[in-house]
Amino acid sequence: MGAYILRRLLIAIPSLLGISLILFVVLALAPGDPFGELAANPNVPPEVRAALRVKFGLDDPILTRYLRWLVAMLHGDWGFSFASRVNVDTLILQRLPTTLFVVGSSQVLALLVAVPVGLYAARRPYSLADQVANTLAFVGFSLPTFFTGLLFILLFSIKLGWLPFVYQADLPGSGLAWVWANVRQAIMPVAVLGFFQAASYTRYVRASALDVARLDYVTTARAKGLTEGTVTRRHVARNALIPVVTLVALQIPAVFGGAIVTEQIFRIPGIGSLLIDAMLSNDTPVVMAVTFVFAALVILFNLVADLLYGWLDPRIALR
Amino acid sequence: MADPVLSVRDLTASFRTEGRWREVLHGVSFDVGPRETVALVGESGSGKSVSAMAILRLLPRDSCRVGGSVRFDGRELLSASDAEMRRVRGDSVAMIFQEPMTSLNPVLTIGFQIAEALIQHRGLSRSAAEAEALRLLDKVRIPAARTRLHEYPHRFSGGMRQRVMIAMALACRPKLLIADEPTTALDVTIQAQILDLIKSLQDDEGMSVLFITHDMGVVAEIADRTVVVYRGRAVEAGPTARIFDAPAEPYTRALLAAVPRLGAMAGRSRPLRFPVVDRDTGAEGAMPETPDTVRAAERPVLEVRDLTTRFDIRSGLFGRVTGRIHAVERVSFSVAAGETLALVGESGCGKSTTGRSILRLIEPLSGSVLLDGEDVMALDPKALRVRRQRMQMIFQDPFASLDPRMSVGAAVAEPLLINRLATRREARQRAEDLLAKVGLSPETANRFPHEFSGGQRQRICIARALALKPRLIVADEAVSALDVSVKAQVVNLMLDLQADMGLAYLMISHDMAVVERMSHRVAVMYLGEIVEIGPRAAVFGDPQHPYTRKLLAAVPVPDPARRRDRHGLADDEIRSPIRAPDHVAPERHYREVSPGHVVQLWGADWAGPAARDVAA
Repeated sequence: MGAYILRRLLIAIPSLLGISLILFVVLALAPGDPFGELAANPNVPPEVRAALRVKFGLDDPILTRYLRWLVAMLHGDWGFSFASRVNVDTLILQRLPTTLFVVGSSQVLALLVAVPVGLYAARRPYSLADQVANTLAFVGFSLPTFFTGLLFILLFSIKLGWLPFVYQADLPGSGLAWVWANVRQAIMPVAVLGFFQAASYTRYVRASALDVARLDYVTTARAKGLTEGTVTRRHVARNALIPVVTLVALQIPAVFGGAIVTEQIFRIPGIGSLLIDAMLSNDTPVVMAVTFVFAALVILFNLVADLLYGWLDPRIALR
Repeated sequence: MADPVLSVRDLTASFRTEGRWREVLHGVSFDVGPRETVALVGESGSGKSVSAMAILRLLPRDSCRVGGSVRFDGRELLSASDAEMRRVRGDSVAMIFQEPMTSLNPVLTIGFQIAEALIQHRGLSRSAAEAEALRLLDKVRIPAARTRLHEYPHRFSGGMRQRVMIAMALACRPKLLIADEPTTALDVTIQAQILDLIKSLQDDEGMSVLFITHDMGVVAEIADRTVVVYRGRAVEAGPTARIFDAPAEPYTRALLAAVPRLGAMAGRSRPLRFPVVDRDTGAEGAMPETPDTVRAAERPVLEVRDLTTRFDIRSGLFGRVTGRIHAVERVSFSVAAGETLALVGESGCGKSTTGRSILRLIEPLSGSVLLDGEDVMALDPKALRVRRQRMQMIFQDPFASLDPRMSVGAAVAEPLLINRLATRREARQRAEDLLAKVGLSPETANRFPHEFSGGQRQRICIARALALKPRLIVADEAVSALDVSVKAQVVNLMLDLQADMGLAYLMISHDMAVVERMSHRVAVMYLGEIVEIGPRAAVFGDPQHPYTRKLLAAVPVPDPARRRDRHGLADDEIRSPIRAPDHVAPERHYREVSPGHVVQLWGADWAGPAARDVAA
């Protein structure tokens, strides 16, 4: 096991190097200039711009710049945001907790909905309950989050006025009231993301449970005289959820990506909106850092998925 | 007779397919007396497994309707409530299934799975139930039961898993055990062990057994009474000896005629066609002798010398080789034109790997393979592709070896087209001719594989293999998955084709009775090596190597009068061919018993359990 993890981490190094190189080159070749705004400003003489470009080494060959970025990165220096004038790592660390809170809660919500509904639907395929679950899942995953998000805002914030529609990371106050305020403002984004995820997970849980339900060992379990509930819980669910767990682990990086849209809608100051803002202002160091973090997350969660698989399924030996 | 334990009357079952109800069981009736073993025998689709599932009401409720009456211990089961039914299942009626590899839950330990029924029905605590599970594992003779109790099913071999299944079924001391093809997926030596185990446990526990099988050999071995099921009806029932000696119904006669009997070929040197008995009239067809097809004077089609194939097992941080599977170890043999060489042995003995290594579907480590005198090992990929036209393969599973999206005609024509040997029109014509040759009408060319039965599909696979006019056909368990009567037809077809086209067959099989019927020579493989090779009559009539003897002794004989009383049965498993990376294969010596009959000299390790097995 230890050797396996070590080997996988060693393999991750060249992958990350390759990803970072591609990201860096693409960003460097992309049109746009972080100091483009300065050019339009008549108060800034062109020499100042040129001096700034030299200071940040923007006119050096791409490879030199990449190597400089890499060396700095290895020293823990993530670069400097042109737009916000702070270090990139402080910026990311500021934004990350909010995103983690929203994304994490939405995943929990998604699983809390998807697992029971999927298992229940699979117990009686093509029954009324199954049809309803399927239809809802289909609707849920056909509606994009920006649509449901706006719908929620319209309904709960504007019509009913129950929930705030602008998320504030730095809510004032303390104590229970503060906790409640935080929960209240998270309800809509978490629900929007959570139900969207739940829809696709439900279909997956149902399909997986149906696959398991017709296997011989489920018949064996029934032949032992176990109740349907025990058969479903102990023999169907445990096996059907193994692929679901790995799916969830693999989905997490994608959820960070999907959260970008939700974050924009609800104005959540998370890592997704940071990425969008950075892109709009040609703030390459931030774009580079955030996309690189996403890439690292993909690799990390791939490893997590494999480890979970090995842990849940005794047949898998990790070597 | 005392009151029957189980009494089935007019059992019917219908399945809903595409909105319509289709009846598959049309009123089956039979009884099982106390301590009695009744065999339900029939071919696939006859309804025998459906009957077993219907008795315990394990069929899916939404898509299946069951009618008639099932009385167990005087109680009607078909009208019992779900809760009552659950109390019967696993308690007084237990069931074991065909596929030991899939009937155990892979994520639960075997100890827990055995304990489950005890907790459910006896209300034992977890620890008390596991203590009882341990006792049961000892009872089904699983070695080192105490340490294995907490292991997961994938650590057990097929035979051991079936023992676990039996332990699980016996947990609550059932009055009736329903065994649905419990030994079909097992090797013969393991099958013999499991049959013995079921018999001796039946004596100990005094239970009745309903044994479902398609194998007449197994029936003869175990059943007191036999019920023959055909197309959803019980066509004949009676004491097993009577059914075998004087079958009354035409179908029973047809079924028995198709059963290969080990030892039936004594005194013959050439293969023999199966007699064809009409299922509806019972009339026996003519049985022409097979001509002498072997061209012994010519150079053999295939000469294999010192073929060795090993697979590396890697582990650790850098994937170091920590062991090797010695799948094929210095194997040598030759096959002449028109000759059938059978490669026999149990799972994992390397017989399939040998077949694949010859075609270089698996790259062998060393050795030489001469096809018509030309070394296949030395060929570059392009030349190899051309040479492969002369050696074709037929696989075991006719369902998996045809592309479901390709019409049958296209599948048979494909080898001609990809080798650019014919135009589309010619290939189509050839395909129709070939289908006719294997006994299918040319119009079938437009149909798709799912429209055919297993036997027909295997005929299509044979037609496809013949398309390139091969010299050699490697038939890897080509008839093993087929029903007995279909098997007989396909064997007859293969014998006809051999006579017609002078084909050489390398027949890979674990089915000793079929091998005896259709081969000229036999090679017995054990742990990657050929331990005995020779003319079929010599190997079967005068087996020398202890393993050959053990293998032959384990084959069930379809004759209740010759039922053997086996004692002191061994619980050993088939050994593993995994060796340390620095393992050097020992030097082997051989002895020629009679002309062409060569046996490997065996060491002291064969004096142990195997020898005892043979003596018993």
